[in-house]
This record gives sequence, C-alpha cells and structure tokens, in this order.
Amino acid sequence: MLNFPDRRAGLSFFAARLLIGLIAGLVPSLSRAEYALNLPAPASDLAQSIYDLHTLILWICLVILLVVFVPMAIALVKHRKSAGYQAAKFHDNLLVEIIWTIIPVLILFFMARPAASLVVSMKDTTKEDLTIKVTGYQWKWEYEYLGDNIRFMSNTSTPKEQIEGSQPKGENYLLEVDRPLVVPAGKKVRLVMTSSDVIHAWWVPAFGVKQDAIPGFIRDSWFKVDKPGTYRGQCAELCGVGHGFMPVVVEVVPPEQFASWKKEQIAMAATAAANANKTYGMAELKALGEKVYSANCAACHQPDGAGLPGAFPALNGSKIVSGDKSGHIDIVLNGKPATAMASFGKQLSDLDIAAVVTYERNSWNNKTGDVVQPADIAARRK
Amino acid sequence: MNTTTINGAAAHHDHDHDHAPAGIMRWLTSTNHKDIGTLYLWFSLFMFFFAGALAMVIRAELFQPGLQLLQPNVFNQLTTMHGLIMIFGAIMPALVGFANWQVPLMIGASDMAFPRLNNWSFWLLPAAGTLLIASFFVPGGAIAGGWTMYPPLFMQGGIAYDMSILAVHILGISSIMGAINIITTILNMRAPGMTLMKMPLFVWTWLITAYLLVAVMPVLACAITMLLTDRHFGTHFFDAAGGGDPIMFQHIFWFFGHPEVYIMILPSFGIVSTVIPTFARKPLFGYVSMVYAVASIAFLSFIVWAHHMFTTGMPVAGQLFFMYATMLIAIPTGIKVFNWVATLWRGSISFETPMLFSLAFVFLFTIGGFSGLVLALVPVDIQLQDTYYVVAHFHYVLFSGSAMSIMAGVYYWLPKWTGHMYDEKLGKLHFWLTTIAFNVTFFPMHFLGLAGMPRRIPDYSLQFTDFNKIASLGGFLLGASQLLFLYVVIKCVRGGEPAGNRPWDGADSLEWTQTSPPPYHSFVTPPLVK
Amino acid sequence: MQAHSDSNVYYVPPPSIWPLVGSVALLTLATGFVLVMNKIAAGPYVMTLGMGILLVMLFGWFGTVIKESLAGKYSKQVDSSFRWGMVWFIFSEVMFFAGFFGALYYARNLAVPWLADTQLLWPGFSAAWPTAGPGLKTVIDPVNAWGIPALNTLILLSSGATVTWAHWGLQKGNQRQLKLGLAMTVALGILFIGFQIHEYAEAAFSIRDGIYGATFYMLTGFHGFHVMMGTVMLIVILFRSLAGHFTLEHHFAFEAVAWYWHFVDVIWLLLFVFVYWL
Ligand code: HEA
Ligand code: HEA
Ligand code: HEC
Ligand code: CUA
Ligand SMILES: [Cu+2]
Repeated sequence: MLNFPDRRAGLSFFAARLLIGLIAGLVPSLSRAEYALNLPAPASDLAQSIYDLHTLILWICLVILLVVFVPMAIALVKHRKSAGYQAAKFHDNLLVEIIWTIIPVLILFFMARPAASLVVSMKDTTKEDLTIKVTGYQWKWEYEYLGDNIRFMSNTSTPKEQIEGSQPKGENYLLEVDRPLVVPAGKKVRLVMTSSDVIHAWWVPAFGVKQDAIPGFIRDSWFKVDKPGTYRGQCAELCGVGHGFMPVVVEVVPPEQFASWKKEQIAMAATAAANANKTYGMAELKALGEKVYSANCAACHQPDGAGLPGAFPALNGSKIVSGDKSGHIDIVLNGKPATAMASFGKQLSDLDIAAVVTYERNSWNNKTGDVVQPADIAARRK
Repeated sequence: MNTTTINGAAAHHDHDHDHAPAGIMRWLTSTNHKDIGTLYLWFSLFMFFFAGALAMVIRAELFQPGLQLLQPNVFNQLTTMHGLIMIFGAIMPALVGFANWQVPLMIGASDMAFPRLNNWSFWLLPAAGTLLIASFFVPGGAIAGGWTMYPPLFMQGGIAYDMSILAVHILGISSIMGAINIITTILNMRAPGMTLMKMPLFVWTWLITAYLLVAVMPVLACAITMLLTDRHFGTHFFDAAGGGDPIMFQHIFWFFGHPEVYIMILPSFGIVSTVIPTFARKPLFGYVSMVYAVASIAFLSFIVWAHHMFTTGMPVAGQLFFMYATMLIAIPTGIKVFNWVATLWRGSISFETPMLFSLAFVFLFTIGGFSGLVLALVPVDIQLQDTYYVVAHFHYVLFSGSAMSIMAGVYYWLPKWTGHMYDEKLGKLHFWLTTIAFNVTFFPMHFLGLAGMPRRIPDYSLQFTDFNKIASLGGFLLGASQLLFLYVVIKCVRGGEPAGNRPWDGADSLEWTQTSPPPYHSFVTPPLVK
Repeated sequence: MQAHSDSNVYYVPPPSIWPLVGSVALLTLATGFVLVMNKIAAGPYVMTLGMGILLVMLFGWFGTVIKESLAGKYSKQVDSSFRWGMVWFIFSEVMFFAGFFGALYYARNLAVPWLADTQLLWPGFSAAWPTAGPGLKTVIDPVNAWGIPALNTLILLSSGATVTWAHWGLQKGNQRQLKLGLAMTVALGILFIGFQIHEYAEAAFSIRDGIYGATFYMLTGFHGFHVMMGTVMLIVILFRSLAGHFTLEHHFAFEAVAWYWHFVDVIWLLLFVFVYWL
C-alpha cells in the first residue's frame, strides 16, 4: 500500500531506512545552535504588532499559570495523606467563585482591545500603491501586476534529487522558486488573491500576511516592507500532493530597481509573443518540454510518466498520448473537470504546451514522432 | 448525595438469567449496558493503536527533512486517517463506553433506556471502521484531504472518498442514537431521590455532551451529504461557477466541528471531576458552578465556529465577533480549573495512577487551553493558523486532555469493571512515561509553529530539523509506552488482587455500592437515594 | 429501606440479533451505494441486498417491539422513555434540515452577492435569485409558488388536521374516527407525493443547474423523502389500528408518528416560504 520513493518497497527496507535515519540524522544537527523559538523577525509594521501582541499574551498566560498552579503545587506537597494531613470539609464559597469569574473577564478585555484594533488595520487595504493579483495553482503561484501587463508563474526550484536525498540539500531547501515576486520597498502593496483549483494560502511570516486563495472568489490583503531583501514563505492550506512544495518568495527591491525590472519584464513578454509564431524542431521542443513537464506535470504523472496507479494515470503508453494529437492537446488545454487534471490553457503559453505535448509524445515508450508547433495549440484554443 | 440505600440484591427478573449468556452471541446480541460498554472500550483501544501506528509512520517520515519513507500522497492519507480515526474511532467511542458503563450505575438505573438501540449504536462502529480501513486498499488509497474534508480538494479523490463519507454518515447515526439513549436514560431512569442536582458530575457532563451530539452530528451529515452530491450528482454547493462557495462547507463543517471538540472534552471534565475529589478525600468544590460552567461551554461552543476560518478573509465584524465569543470560553473553563485546584486545597491527597493522570490533565489541558486562547486572537491566529502551533494546541487538549482523562478513568474504574486491582507500579510507570514522552513530542511543536512550519507537509525546510527530531523521538517513546498500557489492562482483566466493592476510600457514588464486578443485572429495582 | 413493586422493574429486553443485522444492512447498503456511484457493475445488486437486509431488520425489530408492547411489558416509565427518544430524534432531524436551510441562506444572501462583487473574475455577473451562478450560462425559470406548491401546502395542512382528528377519536375511544382519520391522512400524504413527482417532472431546471437547482432539489427532495417515510409509518399504524393495537393508555406508536407528521408539515411550511415563495 505504501509507495516508496524508489519502489524498492518492503518492510525491512522501511526499518533499515528508519534506523539509519535515526542514527545518521541525530548527530550533526544537534551541534547546530540556531533554534527558532519564536515568531520570525518581523519585516513590516503589522508583523511587528502581531509579534508584540503574541509576546504580551504569552506573559499574561504565564502569570496566570503561576497564579493557578503554584497553589496547586503547594497543596500537592503540603496536603498529602502520606504527610498525615486531614481533609477539610468545605466545598463552596460564593464570593471566591464570583471573584474568579470577574477577574478573567477583565483580563480578557485587556487582551481583546489591542487585538481588535490590529484586526481593523490588517483589514484596511485602501490607499494602496500597487495591486498584484495572486492566483494559486496546484502547486505554484501566478503573479499578475494589474494594469502593467506583467504575468508569470512562480514554481519551486528545489531539485527532486535534494528531496529524495541523492543530493545534499541547499540552504533554502523547499523555500526557493524560479521566479520570485518582485515588489518595491516602502510601498503599500495590495494583493488580491484567488485560486484556479483548490484552496491555497499565500503566506510570508515576516510580513504578517496569510490569506487563503479561494477558487472563484477574491480576497485581499496588504503589506508594506521598508527593508529590501528576500523573504520566504509557503502555501499554508492543504492543497494536495504538492502542498509541501509550494513556496512563496518575495524580493523586496528599492523603487528604482523595481521600475527597471518592470521594463525588462514587459520587453520579455513582447519577445515571447513574437516567438509564438515560429516553427521549432523536435530536439528544441523536447528539451523545453522536459522542463515544462518536470515543473508542471511530474508531481502527478511522475518524472518517468508512470503516474500513480489509481490516482494519476500513466502517460507512458497512455491511449490519449499515443492517439490523435488533438485529443492530447485538448486535455492539456482544458483539463478534465472534477478531476485533479487542471486546465493548463491559461497557465502555459502556446509554446510551453506545444513543447510538453511533443515531449510526452516522444518520451519513455511513446514514439509517435509527432512534432507539435505553437500554432497547432493556438488553433485548438477556443 | 452519598447516602444511598440499596434495595437488596437483584429481585427476580422478567427473563431469568442473572449471569451473562455465553459465547460470542453474548457480545453480538447484547442488550446489557456493561457488555456494550466493554465493547466500546475495546473497539476504541484497537482504533487508538491503529491511528497511533499511523502517527508513528508520520513521525518517522518527519524525523528528518527530505522524503524517506513515503510519497506525499501517502503521507497525506496517513495524516488524514490518523486524525479522523483518533477522533471518531478512538476518543468518542471511549467516552461513550464510559457512559455506557457508568451512567446507569451512577444514577441507579437497571440499564440504558433503549438496550437494543444501544447495541446497534455500537455495532455500527465496526461497520464504519471496516469502510474506513478498507479505503486504504482501494485504487488511489485512502482520503488525503485532511480530516476536515475541505472542498474543492475533496472533489479530486477516488472511491475512498465516497467510502469515507458514508462511513462518517454511519458513525453519525451511531452517535445520534447513542446520544438519544444517554439523554433518555439520564432524564427518565434516575433512581427515586436522585434529583438532577444530586447526579455525579460525570453524568451531568454526559447529559450536556449528548445534547451537543444530537444537535451537531446531523449538521455534519448535512455537510458531507452536500459533498457527496457535489461529487456525483452534479450539484454546485461548493463551486463558485455554479453560484456556490467552498467556504460555505467550512462554515457548516465547523458549526459541527467546534462543538465536536467539546464533545471530546466535557466527559473528560466529568471523569476528572470524579477522580480528584476521590483522591483528595474532599467533596468537589463548587458543584453547582461546575454544572453551570459545563452548560455555558456547551452554549458558547455553538457561536465560535469561525475561529477556524480567520484566514479565509471574512469581514472585520465577523472576525471580531468570533474572536470575542471564543475568548469568552476561557471563563467557564477557568472556573472549572479553579474549582479543581480548590478541591485539592486542604484535601488529604494521595497519588494513585488515576489521580496522577487527572493532575497531569489539569495542568496540561490548561496549557492547551492557553494556546487555544492565543489562537483565538485574530492577528496572532493569522500567523499561526495551519502551522504546527495548531497541532501542538490540539494535541495538548486532545491527548493530554481527552486521552489522558480516559486513561485516568480506565485506571479508576478498572477495579470496578474487572473485580481486580490493576498493577499500581506499572500504572505509575505508564503514567510517567506517557507524560514525559507526551511533552517531549508535542511541546517543541509550539516552537515549530511559531517559526513557521506549516502542518500537513511531508517534508520541511532545514531550520525545522532539530525540533522535529526531538518530537519524533518523543513520539516513538509515547507510542511504546502505550504498549505498557495495553499490558496493564490485559493483566488486570485476567486477574489480580480482588478489589472489593469500594477500593478507593474517597469514592462515594452509587457504583461503589455494587460488587466488583457488578452483577450482570445491577439495580434491577432502583435504589432509593436520600 | 422501601419495598418496590414489580411494576417498578424497567423492562430490559433479552439479547437480540436485530441490531447486528441492522449494522450489516447499513454496511452492505453503503458499500453498494459507493459501487453504484463509481459505476461498478456489482453496485445495484449489493445495494438491493443491503436494502433487503434492512427491511428484514426493520420488520424483525419493530415486530418484536410490537409483540412486547402487546404483551404488556412496557411500563409507564418505558413509555416515557419512548417519548423522550422520539422527541430528541425529531430534534436531530430539525438540525439536519437547519443545515440545508442554512446553506440556502448562505448561498442566496451571502455567496451570490459576493460573487457579483467579484467583477475581476466574473465580469457582468449580477446578483439575482434564482441564479445558476456566474460560470453556467443557464437561466432559471423557477416553479410558481402559487401553483402546485400552494396546493401541496393545503394538502399537508389538511393532513395535519386529519391526523389530529384521528387522535381525538382515539382519545374519545372512537376507533372508527381513528381509522378514518388515519386513512385520510395516508391518502393526503400519497397525494402530496404524487404532486411533488409531477412538479419535478415539469420543472424547467435540474439539480445540476447551479446553486438554485442544488438547494431547491436538496431541500425539497430531502423533505419529500421524509414525507414518504412518514406515509409508510402512517400506513403501518393504520394497519395496527385496524388490528386494534391502540388503547386509550397505550398508543405511543400513534403519537410518535403523529409528531413526526407534524414535524414534516412544519418543515414544508418553511420550505414553501423560503424555497418557493420569497
Ligand atoms: C478537546 C478538544 C479541544 C478543546 C477543549 C479546545 C479548546 C479551545 N480551542 Fe481548540 N482546537 C481543537 C481542539 C480543542 N480545542 C482542534 C482539534 C483544533 C484543530 C482542528 C483542525 O484544524 O484540524 C483546534 C483549533 C483551534 C483554533 C483554530 C486554530 C487554527 O486553525 O487557526 C482555535 C482558534 O481560536 C482554537 C481555540 C480554542 C480555545 C479558545 C479553546 C478554549 O476552550 C480553551 C479554554 C481554556 C483555557 C483558556 C485554560 C483554562 C482557563 C483558565 C486557567 C482561566 C484563566 C484564563 C484566562 C483569563 C486567559 N482551537
Ligand atoms: C484524539 C486525538 C489524537 C491523538 C490521541 C493523537 C495522537 C498522536 N498524534 Fe495526532 N492528530 C490528531 C488527533 C490526535 N492525535 C488530529 C485530529 C490531527 C489532524 C489531522 C489532519 O491534519 O487532518 C492530528 C495530526 C497529527 C500530526 C500532524 C500531521 C500533519 O499535519 O502532517 C502529527 C505529527 O506529528 C501527529 C502526531 C501524533 C502522535 C505522535 C500521537 C501519539 O500520541 C500517538 C500515541 C499512540 C500510539 C503510538 C499507539 C500505540 C502504540 C503502537 C501502535 C505500537 C507501535 C509503536 C511503537 C512501538 C513505537 N498527529
Ligand atoms: C494535480 C495533478 C495533475 C497534474 C499536475 C497534471 N495532471 Fe494530467 N491528469 C491528472 C489526472 C487525475 C488525470 C486523469 C483524468 C481522468 O480521470 O481522466 C490526468 C490525465 C492526463 C492525460 C490523459 C491521460 C490518459 O491516458 O487518460 C494527459 C495527456 C495529461 N493528464 C497530461 C498532463 C500534462 C501535460 C500535465 C502538465 C502540463 C499534467 N497532465 C499535469 C492529474 C494531473
Ligand atoms: Cu497550495 Cu498548499
Ligand atoms: Cu474550535
């Protein structure tokens, strides 16, 4: 029943891996001294306020804990039967009961006040300097700078080999992407979030922003970060197989640098549009297709195209893949409703789809020899 | 409430036998609350080990970063089924098992109000359990969308998803009928003189819990029925394109889900409120306020559900309302904690195993309550929602809360149930191992959550390594310690020092007036309570 | 110490096989349903088998209860247990319906307006009820409340009256009035179901037509299912009253069914107002 990464399944394998892991794993890490005990260092005013609120509550709780449990400890030590202590008979005291009802009410009131005003400012998304639409996909983020015609996907860039352990893990293991979100420092950035498939949540701890991305609905949130730098987070709502592999990386840059970055992006989009009409060779398409495949498809259909029986069909030897071109293109473009197979028409360019289809039709045991051009894709788009 | 007069031994009975029918049919066809209680308890223990074993595999995978043992989809299946089975298969049946054994004994009733229905409520559990466990073996594997079953993710699965939905329906039927049975028993079957305000607190907590069950299990059924029709019958309840809303599911689910967590803790409060006075040899402090506190918690539990949904982005007014309402629960809960401490104060305290578990309960549950309070504050929850901080919170309230109170109750009543004393030395050893291992496992998860480790992930970035290792090692020890629990229970069932009618000198409710084990039919004619 | 008479002994039934049979029935039924939904050929057979076992169980179990009741084993206390049980069972059903009504309220008054505010994703969609939502292009032509639904309201209300009239008959010891009242109630129940089926057949939209279709068919369908169950129960007690089972003191089964019927009635009124009319 359990699927092992490299299919050398078996209980003894399991046990051996566990044992080796236990021994090998424990030794080096204990010498590393950076334990993170608290919320990460705040990068925005909101995150700072949250940090302070949490600290305040923590202290209050600690004080209450002492007030309640020191007497209990005293009772446990002093009023022991083995110490010969005789039980008292009392079992009621109205005054005491009233006191310990009212005091907590006051404490709670004291806690609720700063929390409430913070909620109100977190929800205030007006007066923004720029708005970015964030769309969650299984399992990547799309960023669209509204009004600027900049739109791109942000995929995890941690190699599979690191995850499976055949390569040492990098410093930002699981927290790195191919194209980060870039925003200007010192500006109020409003995010409008949605999703194309299931619920995701866009989260950067240092900003104090976590917002669910809900398919069909828009929810907004905002942040303003003064210090340029790279900030990392993750998807925070279970969204399927790739939920643990859906990082968020935000690059905060000085406003001038942001402006030049924007120009670059617009120029890039123009060349991409021009390339859409070109004709490509098989090798070129396969090479690009392999990249597109491992970024978008491999999580489900597996790098070797074998799929996961019962959940995700194999593409290696699939009837659709070895059948008519148009059927293959259609399922990639439009997906299959009510299954995990999403429609990639909006996510990928014609070139990307042409490449991945070509790749699938000519990889593993699939040998159709077909070369699919971007123009073929454009023709099948509705 | 402690002066009771029993009317002789069992008077002659409508259908003769005063001893149990023999063989397997005794268990399959039972109409006896004690036998059915026993069935519930064994079932729950089995499921506890099953779901616990899943947790062991989870902890093994999380021992270090990288994917070692499991594919992500299998990991998600384990997480989901661990949560689902622990809640519906382990904790709830255990508590119903206690109700079955203790409620009739404590109120002087001859049995439950509907003995046959009672048996049905039990035998539906293995039916549902079969569906759940079988779902691991169907194509695509078990459900992997979290025990909360959120759509649209829940739309994506295969046949196991339908099996689990129907299994939860069956569990719901079982719970509703069980709850109706308990309510009716308590309202209608009390011995003469046993007024409501004389009932042991355990009975009170179950009365209120049963109301919660009758009120919210149908709502859960409603939510998952809509899931099913969205999956197979073309409805668009949770699909924006058709005018529905995935968040609507969360509202309905948590309208059930939050009362559900109190369903799992209120009877625990009852157990602890029974054990502490016994071993403090002093009456429970503030009985009346305890009853009102339980009732207020139950009432409030209906108006706090959206604190699980602060990051869905509801309007400010909603966030504030649910934050305030949630915080209010700290007050009645606090009253309970204070009352327990006041009961201990100037008692004559001894430390048998049930007492140890109860004392640990009071302390550790409070820690879990505090982390709940931290989560109740919207801005802080926005940082912590769906992180290991939440995992830490609910294991403090569910493991050191519900599960450890169940252990306290098992040790407390085992002598009554079996007629033998359990092995006190091993019991204490079990207690210390469990308590230490529990904290080693789950305390570091607070730090993980604060530092930003999301829950429900099979792999994590490097800065979370150390605490995950500690948690895993603690988890393995915790698991191994439960084998000791199993051993102590079996040993006690098979023999041991005779317990006598009343092994605890501080115990004063009606069950202790019966022999240990009690006759197959106890209180055939009701005792008179003065 | 006080002596108790035997009437004080609560009847504890002997071991019974029916609960176990009931569990097997539900497991089989659920398995069958799962197979049917996933289009596996064995499905319908397994489901039918489950249905069959369930029916055997219902006959067996209720048969036993009726026998015990007639044998006079149920004291006043047992009787009042039954009453409490029925009351809380109906309460749980109320909560079930409350969930679906809640869904209707949420979708209509919150979700649809929010979607209309989300012009970035659903340009041109405006909040109106009925709607099939922004993604489906269907226009919904709702059922006119003042046609069949109003007629059905009248039917159910009169059936509530006839069952009460039957109850009066029972209380007066007039068995003829009891039987006649019950028979009329059954007839009205069947009439209601007939009209409901007709309405479904005529309706210009289906359960697949967005949130309106979903809530409409879920609420009315779930209610209709309850009417059917209620009618079956009425038929059972009609036969039981023909057999002379009900006496002045002993007629809990009658009351339980009457309560249930009134409950179904009240739900319909809510349905009429919130689903058809407003
Ligand atoms: C037995 C189960 C149980 C219990 C009793 C509780 C009790 C509480 N829970 Fe918990 N909770 C869960 C089980 C439980 N919870 C589960 C399973 C989840 C996760 C579900 C999932 O997503 O999978 C969860 C999640 C959860 C969340 C959502 C977190 C998130 O996902 O973002 C929140 C937020 O408000 C919360 C709050 C609370 C509060 C305020 C209490 C209060 O009742 C606690 C009250 C107690 C005290 C406060 C301590 C004692 C009081 C005093 C000593 C008095 C003095 C104190 C003061 C004045 C402060 N819980
Ligand atoms: C009452 C409920 C309950 C209980 C008792 C437990 C008990 C345990 N739980 Fe958990 N848990 C939940 C309810 C509960 N849990 C819920 C609701 C979730 C959320 C699910 C979701 O996200 O949808 C969850 C999620 C959850 C997670 C998070 C998974 C994730 O987000 O990816 C983890 C991770 O460590 C965990 C661990 C454990 C461990 C180590 C125990 C231990 O205490 C278990 C100890 C018991 C045993 C181990 C069994 C006995 C022993 C054996 C079987 C012998 C074999 C073992 C050895 C020899 C070592 N649980
Ligand atoms: C979230 C998981 C997921 C991802 C990511 C995914 N697919 Fe799929 N795919 C599926 C599922 C599930 C099906 C089966 C749908 C069905 O039930 O027919 C499927 C079916 C297919 C089929 C039809 C195969 C057959 O024999 O039925 C093709 C071709 C395909 N996908 C190509 C792709 C391509 C190309 C990509 C990436 C650009 C991709 N998929 C990404 C889940 C996924
Ligand atoms: Cu996307 Cu989790
Ligand atoms: Cu809650």
